[in-house]
Amino acid sequence: MLDDRYSLAFRLYPYGRCADQDAIDPVRHPVVVVGGGPVGIAAALDLGLQGIPVLLLDDHEGVGQGSRAICFAKRTLEICDRWGTGAPMLEKGVVWNLGKVFHADRKVFEFNLLPEEGHKFPAFVNLPQPYFERFLVERVREAQAQGAPIEIRGKNRLDAVEAREDHVLLDVTTPEGPYRIAADWLIGCDGASSPLRRMLGLDFEGRVFQDSFLIADIRMKAEFPTERWFWFEPPFKSSGASCLLHKQPDDVWRVDFQIGWDVDRAEEMKEENIRARLDAMLGAEVDYEIVWSSIYTFQCRRMKNFRHGRVLFAGDAAHQVSPFGARGANSGIQDVDNLGWKLGLVLRGKAPETLLDTYSSERCHGADENILNSTRSTDFITPKSAVSRLFRNAVLDLAEHHAFARPFVNSGRLSLPCIYDGGLLNGADALPGGPSRTRPGAPCPDAPLGGGQLLERLGGFVILTLDADAPEAVEEDGVTARRLALSAADDPSGALAARYLGDARSAVYLVRPDQHVAARWETFDEGAIRAALRHACGKERPA
Amino acid sequence: MSLTLDPNLADADGVYADLIEAHEGLTEEESHAFNARLILILANHVGDRETFRQALEAAGSAGKR
Ligand SMILES: Cc1cc2nc3c(=O)[nH]c(=O)nc-3n(C[C@H](O)[C@H](O)[C@H](O)COP(=O)(O)OP(=O)(O)OC[C@H]3O[C@@H](n4cnc5c(N)ncnc54)[C@H](O)[C@@H]3O)c2cc1C
Repeated sequence: MLDDRYSLAFRLYPYGRCADQDAIDPVRHPVVVVGGGPVGIAAALDLGLQGIPVLLLDDHEGVGQGSRAICFAKRTLEICDRWGTGAPMLEKGVVWNLGKVFHADRKVFEFNLLPEEGHKFPAFVNLPQPYFERFLVERVREAQAQGAPIEIRGKNRLDAVEAREDHVLLDVTTPEGPYRIAADWLIGCDGASSPLRRMLGLDFEGRVFQDSFLIADIRMKAEFPTERWFWFEPPFKSSGASCLLHKQPDDVWRVDFQIGWDVDRAEEMKEENIRARLDAMLGAEVDYEIVWSSIYTFQCRRMKNFRHGRVLFAGDAAHQVSPFGARGANSGIQDVDNLGWKLGLVLRGKAPETLLDTYSSERCHGADENILNSTRSTDFITPKSAVSRLFRNAVLDLAEHHAFARPFVNSGRLSLPCIYDGGLLNGADALPGGPSRTRPGAPCPDAPLGGGQLLERLGGFVILTLDADAPEAVEEDGVTARRLALSAADDPSGALAARYLGDARSAVYLVRPDQHVAARWETFDEGAIRAALRHACGKERPA
Repeated sequence: MSLTLDPNLADADGVYADLIEAHEGLTEEESHAFNARLILILANHVGDRETFRQALEAAGSAGKR
């Protein structure tokens, strides 16, 4: 009755009996996270590092075998770096910059991601999801050793919930039988088919897009370059509407065939049929080993609201996108980045519960952006009408000859961090001449600081000053913002000034704990900072 | 920038003749593809989403009976 639904890549949290199972009354926990995928583990890590006791329940004993996500974006790596686990991801991951786009049997054009200077992390690394998750769990172990109050319980499956006014009751099943606990706050990170969502009778809204992909990870020694190759209408036999070839670590390559919704899954999954497709693509002489393969179907939709009383949803449980653009796990990590500090403040009594409603509104905005992008990609890759196909092919024909048409080519707009334009927590944008990319709501771009990086210095609420005076710290109603005093001269490359000053001579930024800009001014004004700090914590402005 | 719907070509007859001539010898399917490429080229030349939307609007409403 507690059978594994998938086989494990890494067994990282074996089942062990815990005291809660023998308690007479349900033991109450401040935060319970259900689901130990990348998003759940990240949520536990973020809260645990804040010193908040957090319990994570997963129905398996470790990380699943399926490779799934491979493209992890700069913002994800920056967030993981804040948690102390960016370095191993960068080390294991494959960095790529060159992409090639093909239409049938001809190359349409190639592009270079042209990395901007002065960032600690590249635009993307290709890293198999099991490694991404393992590095997060290893960081949890390290944090636990340093006293972070995180507990992971493997083979603990959530079977039923009862949502109360100020807590949630959870029925959990283990190999040794069921038990019950209570949670002040429950975070649902239990994946796309979220049992928790169903238990609460909640569903998805929005546009549904359905397609299936045959995905294979193959190991080969052949000399394919570290590039992203994407085919529209691939010329190889029965390879579907699109095809992607992408390099992973350890001589493994990811191949995706978009094979359509109405396929006979069992038939397509036969090794001989997978091999026939791969042989047609790679050439019969190429030797390879299939490491893993699967057929996935995708949907594009989100929950209407990510907060339901004391229950918060994050990651695939809250929203799903098609794979074009690598936005699933990347956006889930941004969910956690957004939720962590807000829940932390609420649990400490330093912000009203309504702050958590802005988790929902800000991340719904992010999910909508992702869904919009992935829907547009899907419409370009699989045109829904004859005229849509006509224009798509016109774009590809033109792109081969003229640069202007290349921005129209949409083989997936790769994940970029969301800017909370119009966000409820945004304060003043009072920096005339300030760069648009660092407007309120935007995530702070990294910049070099002679022997370090800007993002490494941003944590908690920060008053970032560039060539401006300010006190060392401002405390407003229990929340402290400390100053980070910089000067344009700290970065001789000029990146810091270009990204944060623009045409302004000086700047004062209020930066949130998730490194998004809350408000900005030319000079320090105590009243303005205090008001913005209250506002960013979801509090009314002082009367 | 707003869309020009007043006469703007010195040689309207010539431009029209070029357009028809460009389609000569094309099958219907090829003509459609040609038009699609042409629209994309011109859209880029217009260089402004709002103006292009005005053009879409004008094209749509003129076709209504
Ligand atoms: C083929 C493929 C390629 C992809 N490529 C990318 C990519 O390149 N980049 C990217 O960012 N994203 C990509 N994605 C998306 C990415 O894999 C998902 O977005 C990500 O796994 C979501 O993480 P999650 O933690 O929300 O959910 P999941 O990873 O699904 O984790 C959910 C967890 O909850 C557990 N669980 C479920 N029910 C219960 C229960 N009742 N009790 C306890 N535990 C439970 C599950 O066992 C699981 O461990 C891809 C997905 C696929 C399928």
